[in-house]
Formats: sequence, C-alpha cells, structure tokens
Amino acid sequence: MFLYFLRRLAATIPVMLIVAVLVFLMLRLTPGDPAAIIAGDNANAEQVALIRTRLGLDQPIIVQFFIWMGNLLRGDFGESFFFKKTVAELILGRLEPTIALALCTILIAVTVAVPLGVLAAYKQGTWIDRLVMGFSVMGFSVPVFVIGYALIYLFAIKLNWVPVQGYQPLSQGFGGFLQRLILPSVTLSVIYIALIARMTRASVIEVLGEDYIRTARAKGQVESKILFRHALKNAAVPIVTVIGLGVALLIGGVVVTESVFTIPGLGRLTVDAVLARDYPTIQAVILLFSLVYVLINLAVDLVYTLFDPRIRY
Amino acid sequence: MESEPVLDIRGLTVRLPAGADRLNAVEDVSLSVKRGEIVCIVGESGSGKSVTAFTVMGLLPRRVLVPTGGQVRLEGEDVLRASPQRLRELRGTRMAMIFQEPMTALNPVLTIGDQVDEVLRIHTKLNERERKAKVIDIMAAMRLPEPERLYQAYPHQISGGQRQRIMIAAALILDPALLIADEPTTALDVTTQAQILALIKDLQRRRGTGVLFITHDFGVVAEIADRVVVMQHGRVVEQGPTEEVLRRPQQPYTRMLIGSVPSLEPRPRAPVSGPVALETVGLAKIYGGGGFLRKERMVRAADNVNLHVRKGETLGIVGESGSGKTTVARCIARLIDPTRGAIRLKDAEIAALSQRRLRPYRRRIQVVFQDPFRSLNPRRTVGASIIEGPVNFGLPEAEAMERARSLMKLVGLSPDALTRYPHQFSGGQRQRIAIARALAMEPEVLIADEAVSALDVSVQAQVLDLLDDVKRRFDLAMLFITHDLRVAAQICDRIMVMEKGVVVEEGPTHQVFTAPRHPYTRALLEAAPGRSFGFGQAA
Amino acid sequence: MSAEPVILAPAEAIAAPPRFGAWRKLLRHPGVLIGGGLILFMTLMGILAPVLGTINPAEINPTFRNRVPGMERTIRADDGSTRPYKHLMGTDSLGRDVYSRVVYGARVSILVGVTVATISVAIGLLIGLVAGYVRWLDGIIMRFMDGLMAIPAILLAIALVSLFRAGLFSVIVAIVVPEIPRVVRLVRSIVLSVREEPYVEAAIMAGTPTPALLVRHVLPNTVAPLIVQGTFICASAILVEAILSFLGVGIPPETPTWGNIMAEGRSLFRVYPHNILFPGVFLALTVLAVNMLGDGLRDTLDPKMAKR
Repeated sequence: MFLYFLRRLAATIPVMLIVAVLVFLMLRLTPGDPAAIIAGDNANAEQVALIRTRLGLDQPIIVQFFIWMGNLLRGDFGESFFFKKTVAELILGRLEPTIALALCTILIAVTVAVPLGVLAAYKQGTWIDRLVMGFSVMGFSVPVFVIGYALIYLFAIKLNWVPVQGYQPLSQGFGGFLQRLILPSVTLSVIYIALIARMTRASVIEVLGEDYIRTARAKGQVESKILFRHALKNAAVPIVTVIGLGVALLIGGVVVTESVFTIPGLGRLTVDAVLARDYPTIQAVILLFSLVYVLINLAVDLVYTLFDPRIRY
Repeated sequence: MESEPVLDIRGLTVRLPAGADRLNAVEDVSLSVKRGEIVCIVGESGSGKSVTAFTVMGLLPRRVLVPTGGQVRLEGEDVLRASPQRLRELRGTRMAMIFQEPMTALNPVLTIGDQVDEVLRIHTKLNERERKAKVIDIMAAMRLPEPERLYQAYPHQISGGQRQRIMIAAALILDPALLIADEPTTALDVTTQAQILALIKDLQRRRGTGVLFITHDFGVVAEIADRVVVMQHGRVVEQGPTEEVLRRPQQPYTRMLIGSVPSLEPRPRAPVSGPVALETVGLAKIYGGGGFLRKERMVRAADNVNLHVRKGETLGIVGESGSGKTTVARCIARLIDPTRGAIRLKDAEIAALSQRRLRPYRRRIQVVFQDPFRSLNPRRTVGASIIEGPVNFGLPEAEAMERARSLMKLVGLSPDALTRYPHQFSGGQRQRIAIARALAMEPEVLIADEAVSALDVSVQAQVLDLLDDVKRRFDLAMLFITHDLRVAAQICDRIMVMEKGVVVEEGPTHQVFTAPRHPYTRALLEAAPGRSFGFGQAA
Repeated sequence: MSAEPVILAPAEAIAAPPRFGAWRKLLRHPGVLIGGGLILFMTLMGILAPVLGTINPAEINPTFRNRVPGMERTIRADDGSTRPYKHLMGTDSLGRDVYSRVVYGARVSILVGVTVATISVAIGLLIGLVAGYVRWLDGIIMRFMDGLMAIPAILLAIALVSLFRAGLFSVIVAIVVPEIPRVVRLVRSIVLSVREEPYVEAAIMAGTPTPALLVRHVLPNTVAPLIVQGTFICASAILVEAILSFLGVGIPPETPTWGNIMAEGRSLFRVYPHNILFPGVFLALTVLAVNMLGDGLRDTLDPKMAKR
C-alpha cells in the first residue's frame, strides 16, 4: 500500500513536469518582452536591459528553465509585475476564501447529488428519474454566473436574506463567514451536483444489472438492502472518480464565482492577473491549481481501496 | 411422502415482448420435480429453459417477460399468484438458485462469509455466533478448505470452482425443498465441472432436495439426471427417465440432438505422412517480469512448445483455461509476438520477422476464431470481408468476388448472400463465412481456435464436418485448438495436451484417448461428462 | 477449385434484413427534436439578424442609456428619415440596444461552438489514432496529454487568451487546446478496444496494411462516439466563450456576444437586471439545446455509451 502510494506519487512527477514546461513555454510565447512590461511604459532601453539581466532573460532558454524550476522548488515564484509583491505572498493572502468556497461546495454537492442519483437510478424510467435527469442537463447548461446573479437577485436583493456580495474571513466570526459563503457555494455546486448525480445514476443502474444483484434477489433480499448493501458500494468507484475529475470544473467555476460575488480569492486573482498580463502570477496560479487537481485525483485513487477489495496495492 | 412433487409446473406460458421472433418465450410447459430427484431441462440456446427456471423463482425481468398462463406449484403453493412479499420469504428458504457464472454471481466487494450469512440474516432470527457457526458448517460440507479463513476472503481471491461451491452453500444453507441450477458448470473447466456435479449429486441425495438442472450438455445430463425434459423453441419436446430418453429417444429432434453429441471414441485414422507444413521449436510466450518500484509477476503463458503439423494433418491442442493453448495459436499466427523460439513455415522462419517482412507469409496461415459474432466486421458486407485478403495480395476485385462465390457454395451458403451483412446470419452460418474467408487466401495452414465452442451442438457437428472436409479437399495442415475432448476425438489426427503453459503429452489421437500416459490427461478423460453413455456411437 | 456444396447449411433461412431504423429512431427522440429545433432557431436568428427588426448593435447613444425593456423612441436613419423604435429588451449603459445585441450575439456563440467542436474533434481524432496504433509514440503522446489534462480547462483557456491579442481566433484556439486531450483519450480507448476485436485480427491475418486497417475497420467505430462527443464539446465551448467574455478576457467588448452583454451589465446589475437576464436566458437555452441533442444522439447512435 505504502509502496503503491510512493509509486503513484512518483508518477505525478512527470505530469507536473510537463505542466511546468507548458507553463514556462507559455510565458516565452508571449508577444512582447517581459522585461519591457516590468519596466513599464516610460523606461529607457538601459533600464529594460538591466531588468533582463536581473531576471536571467539574457540566458539560453534551457538555462532559464532550470533557473526557474530551481526557484520554484525553493518556493520562489518570482515577483508580481502588477501587484509589486512576491507571488508567494500574494497567493498566501488569497488562499483562505478559495479553500472555504471549494470545501463548502464539495460538501453541498456530494450530500445532494449522491442521494439524488441513487433515487433516480432506483426509480429509473419514472417521472422522478426524468426530473432528476432534467435538472442535471439544466445544471450543465446554465452558466455559473447566470445562476449566481439569479440567486443574488432572489435571496440578496428581493428577499434580503444574505448580503449581496463580498467575503468575511473565518477569524471575524463564523456566522458572517457562513452567511457570505452560502450563496456562492450553492451557485458553484449546481454544475457539480449535475455531474455527480448523473454519474451516480448511471453507475447504480449499471450495477443493478449485475448478476450478483440477481443472486441477492434469489436469496430473498429486500430491495432497499439490495440498493444500499449490494449496489452502492459497487457503484462507488466511478462516483468517486467523477468527484475527483469534477474538481477541474470546480476550479474553473471558482474563477467565475469569485468574480460574481467579489470574493478576494485565487480565482479573482487569476482574472486580475490575466487582465494585467501579470505572467509570473498567472504561471504560479496555474501550477498551483494543477498540482491540487493532480493530488486530489491521486487521493481518489487511494480511496478506491476503501470500496473495492479487488484493488490492492 | 412420495406423492406430492416439490415442484409442479402445469401449462406454463410466458409471453415475450412485442417484436420478438416468436410470441411466447415458453409455451404450455408442464413438468414436475419430486423430492430427492434431479430433473434436467436440456435444450439449445433460445429453447426457453432458463426462462422456465427464472419464472419459478419469480426473477423474470419485470414488464419484459410476463407469465400469462398455467400454474407453478412449489410444495403445493402457486408461486405465480404469490405476493412479492411471500416470494421473498420462499426464496432462500423453500427454493434456491445457483447460476452459470460464479465469477459475477457473487458480489465482489463483500466477503464470502458475509454473502452466505446474508441468507441467515434475511430469513432467521439466529444471533451472530450461531449464524457464523452454521456458515462455517455448510462451507465445510461443501468441502471447502479452511472455511474459517475463507469466511473472510473476497470472491476474487478464490477459484471459479470454489466460488460455485460458495453459491451452493448459500443456496442450501436453509435446506430448501427445491434447488434450481442454471448451467452451473458451463463456465468451469472439465475437471472442476466433474467435482461440482459430484458435489451437487451427493448433497442432494443426502438432503433429499429436488433439483431442477438447466443444461445444454447431454454429457452432463447423462452424468447427473434422473429424468430429462427436452425443450425446443419454448415447448417441451419430450420428457422421461434419463435412460429412456438418452437410449431410446422418441422424437426426431431429440434423436438429432443426441446424435450430434460427438463421441469420445476417436475415429480411426491412418497416420499422415505428408511433408511438414508448420513447425515450432522451443516456442515461448512470457508476460511480465521487471517493472519500476513494483514486483511484477512473471507469467509463462506458454513455454518450450515443440510441435509440427504435416500437410493434410490435423493436430489438436487440448487443455483447460490457462493451459496456454490459445497463446500458442496466436503466436503461430503472429497476432502476438513470441518471447523466444522458432516458427517454421515450410522452410521460412517467421517467429522474429517484423510486421512488414511478415506480410507475404500472412497469406499462408489463416485463422478461424471462436466468437462468430465478433469475427466479422458488422459494418461490411460478407463479400467485402471475404475478398479483403485476396485483394490485398493483388487479386483483381472481380476475380476475388468469383472466388468468394464458389467458396460460399463450398461452405454451403448461397453466393447471393455475399451482399448481406453479418447480423443477417446465424452463428453457424457466420462460422461458415469465416471459414470461406480463411480459404479465400488459399492458405497452407489453418488454425481453428475454439472454432466450434460457441455453437449449439447440432450446428457444431455440421461445422466440424465442414472443417474436416475442407482440410482434406485442400490438403491443409490444420491446428485445432479446443477444450472439448469429444470434439478433439472426432477431428484430430494427433493430439497435444497442454497444462499450465507446457505440453504434457503428445501422440496419435487414438493412443492419447485409449492409453493416456500423463496423469493430467487421464484426469481430463475421466472428468469428461457422460462417458458411460457412449454418445455418437449408435450409428 | 471444385465448388459443390459439401455440407449444406442448416435449413434455417438466412434472416431478412431488419428495417433501417437508426434515422427514424433519431428523428423520433424528443431530445433530438427539441434540441435540434432550438439550435436551428438560434442559428437562423444569428444569420437573419439584420432583418429581424434590429438596429446597429454597436451604436452608442448617450441620451438613451440604461433604459428598461419596452421603452420607445424615434430613431433617425442615415438618409435623415425617422421611424419609431421600441427597445424590447431595453438599452445598456452605453445606450446600445440590448435586443439587437442579443440577436447578433447568437452568431458568435454558434460559430465558436461549431468551430471548436470541429477542430478539436479533427485534431483529437488524428492524434488519438496515432497514439492508439503506433505503440512507441503512445507513451509520449499520452504523457503530454496527461499534462495538458492536469490544467483545469477554463484556467488553461484563460491563460491562453492572455497570450494573444483578444479576438475570435484566439478565443477559439484557447478553447480548442484543453478539449483536445479529452478527444484523444476517447479515440485512443476506442482504437485499443477495437484492435482486440477478432474481426480486426482477421483483417491483420488477411494482410491488410495498417493505414487501410485503420480506415476500414477502426475509423468507422469512432464516428458515432465522436459525433456525440463533438456535440458536448460544442455545448461546453459556447459556455466557455461566454465565461471568457464575461470575465473580460475574451472577444473585445464592442462585438456583441452574450458574454459581453452580461459583462457590461454587471456593474448595474442591481438596478437593471435585464442586461444579464436576456442574454443569460438565450445562452442557457442554446447550451441546453445542444446538450439535449447530445444526449439524444448518444441514446440513438451509441447505445453502449448511453449507459454511462
């Protein structure tokens, strides 16, 4: 098991290395000279050259890559062109809201989606099933910011139940924290619910067609136990997989949701950095999000063993 | 006690959904099973034998198959009219069922003990300790080794035969009056099958259970049945005591079925003395080994295989699953690359040729595959499939089509059928087409890889005769891979027996069947079901 | 070669061909009908935008800013003539007619959706076939695709648009790149499973050269799944384009796209929600229609995948 963990961890290294190369090359592909951008519009050629030397931009590209990688591994993500801070500081300051939003969303999504999917599978072909599937297609189709504004309009402006926008750190009180977090989390969870419910339904339906379900019926088992004791655990692996893969959607959604609800998190930072063409920040954020995504899916792989004894490492 | 049958089916009719090829899956079926009796329902695919069994259990797919007439009395109670609640009470207590695929019939994520115990949890009020004792007891009665340890094991950790024993344990733990067994040994190797059949027979005698045993295999019928019910197209054709039906069948259909069962007695064959067409020396295929940060298991799928086939000769490779027989065939066809060893086609050495250099030799070895439903491209006409090879090798399309037409006639199909698609043909017809496709290449070596295993017994006999005939007609060297000793006895000149990747015995068919030298060969022969009946010798 | 029948086939007749029902089944599926109909409607709306009672969608009018839906005014044409005009969906904060912008906005969405789907399926198919059939390239290609897949799609698209000058072309490229690895994986998995099929092995035994093998036996199996996948890519591309525009990193704001209209309406959302409502409804309906079409196609064309 531990050996397997090490091997899987090792297997993420090439993936992350490719991500790093891609991200590095992206910066090099930019039209325009990063040094000139840093120096600003009214800098002279000499100043630009100085910055170029300081950043190592006059070195061959391979050398630059290794310098950059070396810095990364030491936790040095460079300096933001735009915010005039180190990128590491910048990211640390934006971490809390994003983590809170993501965790809250996953919690809502899983608790709503899995029972919904099981219900739809169990009632396959009935109006309940069609309703759940209909909701799921809607969830895929309505853009997250439209949902966000609709919810703001309804709950914040018309009903006045929650503040319209903004974020309050956990340290300033749990009530306000939750009050401001709930609407963005619900917004973001819609597409995630759609995804997980759909996969849960499909997976449970497939398992319900298996021979061992027939065996359980032949033993005289009641349907509810067949569903929960025999089917759900077997259906778990694809469900957990899609929860892991869905994190990519979640990260995309975080970027949009934070903009809609003006939450000062990493997503908002990404947009600001892109608008300002602040490449070191963009690079760092992409690397960070990708790393999180890869690690979550590694964790998902390890979770499989809880559900399926056939998967042993 | 004798009078009341355990199961009494009268006039049962089950309707098929609209649009099926016939109105009813099962029509006006009447049969009964007495206490302590084994009744076999035997029939080919589509005969309605499984539908009958599932109807008794109340396990038909809802709204798809609906019983529309008749009675099914279990110890006097009509289960067709029982409530779902009552049916659940009866299942596991008064009637139980085991299935064909022990691989998939057990839940892979629950322990074995748990799954046997489930029956007790559903139907009894015993406490945990009592239940566990009872489960261990029945597992021991199934002659499972170390029941205490197996209790904690998961299905994937035990063999197919052991899984079927577990299924039987769960079925019999509450001593039901009726056990329904739906092809319980079909997925098992012949030696395992013999053990399971013996086990069922023994348990049933001791417990007095009535058994309804579904099978397609007359060998199994001969081995286990007290009475036989022959079904065809959803109707009962003939029923009676086993001796009676097998030795003196009344109906032409029954006679045809029994006549089609290949005999275990090899046909007399003169030794073939033509030139060697195909030869392997030290052929081996080894998987795995090495691996980064992980110990990968090394599997010797086939090792040190030396064989030769002469022109006009059929060499049979016989073995159970995992014996390596198919690996050898696929290496020779170069569908997989052998790890080492030589493959000689006349004088050409082809074992290590690159795909490009291999191409000219492709024509000379052809394969007929096992699954007739997957070996033809469903999107292309039969004609296009047959002429693909010859056209690849430069034959003009018109000439290739002409060749295809005459080959279709040769394999007993109408040449007009060349413009049709594979789904318009039955399994046996497709296998004929596959043979025509192989012959179109004018090969020197024909490999038949379990080519008749997926076919019903009546069709099997015909395809077997066809293969034998084309071998003779074209003076082919044939390599015949099979797990079925009866089939091998009928068609092979010489036989090689493989076990766990190595050849354990080789010799003329007659000698291997009458004077086997290796204990494994002897075990295989002894395990062949229905030996005592001497099928296929009547004529 | 003598050609007399040796062993006659069993008496059973060769089955009659079944009716060719795939098309009829497709046209009877409610998802295909409703989805297809809606898509047709949106496409026609985009194409016919100039004759659907619209005015210049880019025309700024400082006097009529932020007007509510239904407001009427008189507009003056180039030749000096005047006529009454009703702002069905109101105006935005620059006084542009929202109705006209929404109608024109369909053009970009449909164009982006269809283009992205076509390009990513074409490129993905090519790479997938190579990866599935050329063993030594498989590892390299798939590691690269893993790397690309590890970057969340929208994030990658946002980062890619930041590299180029904003515009239709760069937006399409930015959405295509993250979709490619998904298509590659699908195609590769189909190739890997099809090449195990006995009929492909039979074709190998018949000496069929690899390119012909791919075209004759493997490629046809990818068509149905790729049509389905392409439809879903189209839906997601329309969404991502709107998101990019909405975030202000997509197509330049003067071009009428649904995302741009909403981005423009963000600041005054509390007072004038119609700037988000109308384009939002059209966008959601379009994506819904494409998704419904995709589900319908999957049910009818690709029953094996429908289970998922």
